[in-house]
Amino acid sequence: MPGNELVQGLGLDDYKFGFVTDSEPVFRSRQGLDEDIVRQISARKDEPEWMLARRLKALRIYESKPMPQWGGDLSELQETLNETYFYVRPQEQMERSWDDVPDNIKETFERLGIPEAERKILAGVGAQYDSEMVYHSLKEEWESKGVIFDSIEDGLKNHPELFRQHFGTVIPAADNKFAALNSAVWSGGSFVYIPPGVELKTPLQAYFRVNQERLGQFERTLIIAGEGSRAHYIEGCTAPVYSTDSFHSGVIEIIVNRDARFRYTTIQNWSNNMYNLVTQRALVHQGAHMEWLDGNLGSKLTMKYPSCYLMGEGAHGDILSIAYAGDSQHQDTGGKVIHVAPNTTSSIVSKSISKGTGRSSYRGLCKVYDGATNARSNVECDALLINETSRTDTFPYIEIDEKSATVGHEATVSKVGDEQLFYLMSRGMDEAEAMALIVRGFIEPIAKELPLEYAVELNRLIELEMEGSVG
Amino acid sequence: MDDTPILAVTGLRARVPGVDLDILKGVDLAIRPGEIHAIMGPNGSGKSTLAKVIAGHPAYEPTDGSIDLRGEDLLEMEPDERAQAGVFMAFQYPVEIPGVSIANFLRTALQARLENGDELDLFDFQELLMERMELLDMDVAFAQRPVNDGFSGGEKKRNEILQMAVLKPSLAVMDETDSGLDIDALKIVSNGVNTLKRENPEMSVLLITHYQRILDHIVPDVVHVMVGGRIVESGGPEVALELEARGYEEYRNVHVA
Ligand SMILES: Nc1ncnc2c1ncn2[C@@H]1O[C@H](COP(=O)(O)OP(=O)(O)OP(=O)(O)O)[C@@H](O)[C@H]1O
Ligand SMILES: [Mg+2]
Repeated sequence: MPGNELVQGLGLDDYKFGFVTDSEPVFRSRQGLDEDIVRQISARKDEPEWMLARRLKALRIYESKPMPQWGGDLSELQETLNETYFYVRPQEQMERSWDDVPDNIKETFERLGIPEAERKILAGVGAQYDSEMVYHSLKEEWESKGVIFDSIEDGLKNHPELFRQHFGTVIPAADNKFAALNSAVWSGGSFVYIPPGVELKTPLQAYFRVNQERLGQFERTLIIAGEGSRAHYIEGCTAPVYSTDSFHSGVIEIIVNRDARFRYTTIQNWSNNMYNLVTQRALVHQGAHMEWLDGNLGSKLTMKYPSCYLMGEGAHGDILSIAYAGDSQHQDTGGKVIHVAPNTTSSIVSKSISKGTGRSSYRGLCKVYDGATNARSNVECDALLINETSRTDTFPYIEIDEKSATVGHEATVSKVGDEQLFYLMSRGMDEAEAMALIVRGFIEPIAKELPLEYAVELNRLIELEMEGSVG
Repeated sequence: MDDTPILAVTGLRARVPGVDLDILKGVDLAIRPGEIHAIMGPNGSGKSTLAKVIAGHPAYEPTDGSIDLRGEDLLEMEPDERAQAGVFMAFQYPVEIPGVSIANFLRTALQARLENGDELDLFDFQELLMERMELLDMDVAFAQRPVNDGFSGGEKKRNEILQMAVLKPSLAVMDETDSGLDIDALKIVSNGVNTLKRENPEMSVLLITHYQRILDHIVPDVVHVMVGGRIVESGGPEVALELEARGYEEYRNVHVA
């Protein structure tokens, strides 16, 4: 069975999205970050004065906050940031038809299967290439019902009041260093509004592609789900493999109004050279349901803890998270649930897989405020280690100020056992097939929540990864 | 029937790395196509070890002797290659595979046997699975349960035989499949094995058991007695009856002497 000598590094060739597209940006800020660059970004976007003022304020907050000393290893991040291009504009304007997107960029998304998925299973698609959305489209059926699915920039332009009323209310710039950074230099991302009572039958998807070497991508997404509405939003991310590091730091704000149900699915599969530090948070109002389904497969370091603030009575939050840490990758992920109102319920299920020298950490917070009577929360985190060199840690934080609350926490660590591998191999599967089946079984409770196409893709990715795990 | 053995074990010694003492101390065994051999023997005598060495368990290290399958060196093959060559072992203690349904598990196992690029026909598979479950009097819903996860002892054993019935081996090694089965289940499982035998008269069986009872249903051609890592006696079904009456005492003495 796979003794360490058999553990082969997860070759970068296994990463099938690592290709580079030859494209010439129409504008690229110089490397590094200062006030001038923030002004440039704002000017390029033709923004109102208040937004520029917000950006500049956020920049000061960012500069005043120290690098986090917890989570992953950020000791070399500042160096990376000094060399980073904070704004790279790929084309002059965003298009509504793939035919109008420049050929090389269009081909990139075709290779990633986006237009095909759009035709088959999606209600709408947004595609971001480096710093800007290059394409955004919503099916007529939903547009006519008043659904807004646009780039964040167009959201600001075309729906200024709705935008200003909500922007930065869920995640203020001062929330954390990287939220501040995003608030200063944000570019791209989606603006989504689902009118009350509207039920989107198929998902919306936004796809984030980094092409430029040393890019910093800072998408910003604002989603408002109207009372009693239902919708599902999917985010996918990939990047080329470069020898230098890149940086991705998104901020996702979601407001789930009374009795609405919203699901946000992430399938990020960044290349090995990506720092991925994302803040995503939902305010969940009375009787509403929020669900984060968070799949983190790639990157060098991911720090991401989707959170639900359960603000109204009976609000419910679900966080399902799968992390896969291959060789030299660190997935520091988990979730946060904050119970503010009575009878709120939440659940966090986290499954991590570490292979080779990969490391996964579960980091979670469950907080119940005084007065959130009968709040109930359950946390379950399971880690699977593939090799002797793989590592996992658990950091569950629980803060309860309400006597009537019930909070459960369960954590398990398992190793792929030799007996399991032998059992499967004795039925004719080779070692990689056996390993992939065990891993698929392990994540099954979460994978079964994905739309079929994505579950199949996830399984395929795992098979690819497992081929590299054995000699 | 063909006289060349499908399985030839010669002078086989094996141990667990790090433990000096051999568990198998020179086992000789030849099974011809279509034959049913039973192995009986006291606890700890090495029966499961022999089964696992045949199947290629990595925890055991063969130190001497050989195992040939149709003249091919089995010890040179990986466990999956052995399975693909027709070896099947029904485990004494099957492990749990959480999150993987029996159906999914068997589909993957069958798919693994196909040439690269060939896709298993899912309709055919479904049909085969249903038919085999019926043969073993199993509820179809059982196929959706995760492999061995939360199974009762008897369910685990039955699941082993279901796998055997689907994978259709040419050499089936059954390690105490009868232990833990109730009387009705024992009959169903035995009938299942006999049906497989009828479907493929060339199928050979190596059946490890502590009880003469199963041998009333699956009638062996040869019964071996294993003590202290060696086969100390071989004969017809009457050997099992004698053991039932007298136990292993005399062999222990022989062994010690
Ligand atoms: N992995 C192992 N590590 C150490 N000792 C082992 C291992 N496997 C088997 N043994 C030892 O080898 C001997 C034979 O074990 P084996 O399981 O083959 O016996 P068995 O004949 O199948 O017994 P039973 O009838 O109880 O199933 C026992 O003494 C056992 O403790
Ligand atoms: Mg045994």
